[in-house]
Amino acid sequence: MKKILKYSFIFIWSTFVLVPLSWALVTSFKPPAAVNNGATFIPWLQFQPTLDGWKDITGISGYANLFPPLINSATVTFFSTLISLTFGCMAAYGLSRFSYGWKNYKNPDIIFFFISQRIMPPAVLAVPFFILLKTLHLLDTKLGLVLVLTSGLMPIVVWLLVDFFNQLPKEIDEMAMLEGCNPFEAFVRTILPLARPGLTVAGMFAIIFGWNDLFFALVLTFTNVQTLPVAVVALNGTVTPFWTLSASAIFSILPLVGLAFVVERFLSKGGFAGAVR
Amino acid sequence: MTSKFYKRLFLLPGLLLLIAIIIFPLLFTIRVSMANWNVSHSGLDWAGGANWARMFHDVNFWSSLFRLFYFSFITTTLQYILGFTAAMYAWKGFASRRFFRVLWLVPLMTTPSVMAIVWRSIFREDIGAANGLLSKIGIDPIAWSTQIFPATVTITIAEVWQWTPFMFLILLAGLLSLPKEQFLSAEIDGATPWRTFWSITFPLMAPISIGAIIIRLIEASKIFDSIFNLTSAGPGNSTETPAYYLYTRGLREFQISYGATMGLMYLILAILTLTILGQIFARVSKPRGI
Repeated sequence: MKKILKYSFIFIWSTFVLVPLSWALVTSFKPPAAVNNGATFIPWLQFQPTLDGWKDITGISGYANLFPPLINSATVTFFSTLISLTFGCMAAYGLSRFSYGWKNYKNPDIIFFFISQRIMPPAVLAVPFFILLKTLHLLDTKLGLVLVLTSGLMPIVVWLLVDFFNQLPKEIDEMAMLEGCNPFEAFVRTILPLARPGLTVAGMFAIIFGWNDLFFALVLTFTNVQTLPVAVVALNGTVTPFWTLSASAIFSILPLVGLAFVVERFLSKGGFAGAVR
Repeated sequence: MTSKFYKRLFLLPGLLLLIAIIIFPLLFTIRVSMANWNVSHSGLDWAGGANWARMFHDVNFWSSLFRLFYFSFITTTLQYILGFTAAMYAWKGFASRRFFRVLWLVPLMTTPSVMAIVWRSIFREDIGAANGLLSKIGIDPIAWSTQIFPATVTITIAEVWQWTPFMFLILLAGLLSLPKEQFLSAEIDGATPWRTFWSITFPLMAPISIGAIIIRLIEASKIFDSIFNLTSAGPGNSTETPAYYLYTRGLREFQISYGATMGLMYLILAILTLTILGQIFARVSKPRGI
């Protein structure tokens, strides 16, 4: 009985996860007739697959080329993750080892201040960020988008890493300092290597949230720095057929799906132990 | 080189960078909420509390907030229950679990706005996969986007699909880091798996759960991509959430001042709610720093 419950959950949940992905994958190879005359599911049996959708998005047919947006997305995500991780892990370490305070506001309030940066809906912040970047001449530049994204990613990094550092015993830093390191050297030489799993989780979430951001990229960049989600949504806004849209969806999802394998490797090696608490 | 210097060295760069990025947007939002900036008039004049008064009488804004109770609390609860179940099975128990761990993580890696487009193509009434499959088993096509209940279901499905893996990952990482001793002693005492779960696993997971639920509630309350692409808040405004309403008034109709006012109200209410929730959570479980 319990086995039936278990395997039916595993089966149903896996099917649910696969349905939209496989629908998009199958649709991306459909010719027009297989889309417009009602739903079809099985290639070769119900329709003859074509590569038209994929040619449309890779620049071969001259319709659209998603490779430049791919590179933009990768650059912007990389640098905003790097900045968030560098400053975020220092702040998180400080918050875990020292007690800060100003009047009644103590460490937990500072941590909440970080995470509260994610509360505001992007629609509200879009206009002030637009004016800010315009004043700084950073509209439609990678640097501008990186700065704005950093303000959203660093809170996640801090939120995840504080508890992780809390789990590493203080004796480790004290030992290093007894051997003559100053606190910063102790942090870099002994804590950071031990914190690699935590940094990986935090970095992974930063990459996911940075890569998948649509709103800020949509409002703050136009032609020079078009990111992948923006490019796909722009296709969606025009009369792009479903097979091309599906191909573009799969195309923009693929790079991060590789990340799922990396994450799983860390999990199974026990590398995540204590990464989230 | 005092320890005070290092204490500051760790926190301040990140904190100051964050403040430097957000201080202008925040102050601007507060100031513009007291101005009259809209599509025909731009600039920071003085309108006092006019926008605030308007907001308190705006039925659409308040009903969108009540709707958010459904969209954030119900979807987060579903994600938590499903994510915990999946994490329990992927933790131990069956042979090929490594494969399923990867598979169950994949939705988290996909772009919500892009997946919303895919979901829309699935729930198209005429040529979508959902009605196509339903007709194969003899069920009449469902009007997914023109009836309130099906429209709500489509958004719930998209949200649960996208974000359950978030819960799954955090909870699985938590489960994998649990100390083994207590489970061994429970096994020796002959406790049933059901008892073991409720008296050991669940309490030990409480702090992790709270952290995950709080961050999920924050993100779920901003729900935008799936509503924008799937229902456009329709039918009528029956799936309109604050984030979407803010977007309509603030950006599409360019009522900058009014959008800012509602944004600030939303921020205040969210901080209040999270503080109260944090207190409740802290009381029912071990204290955690929120």
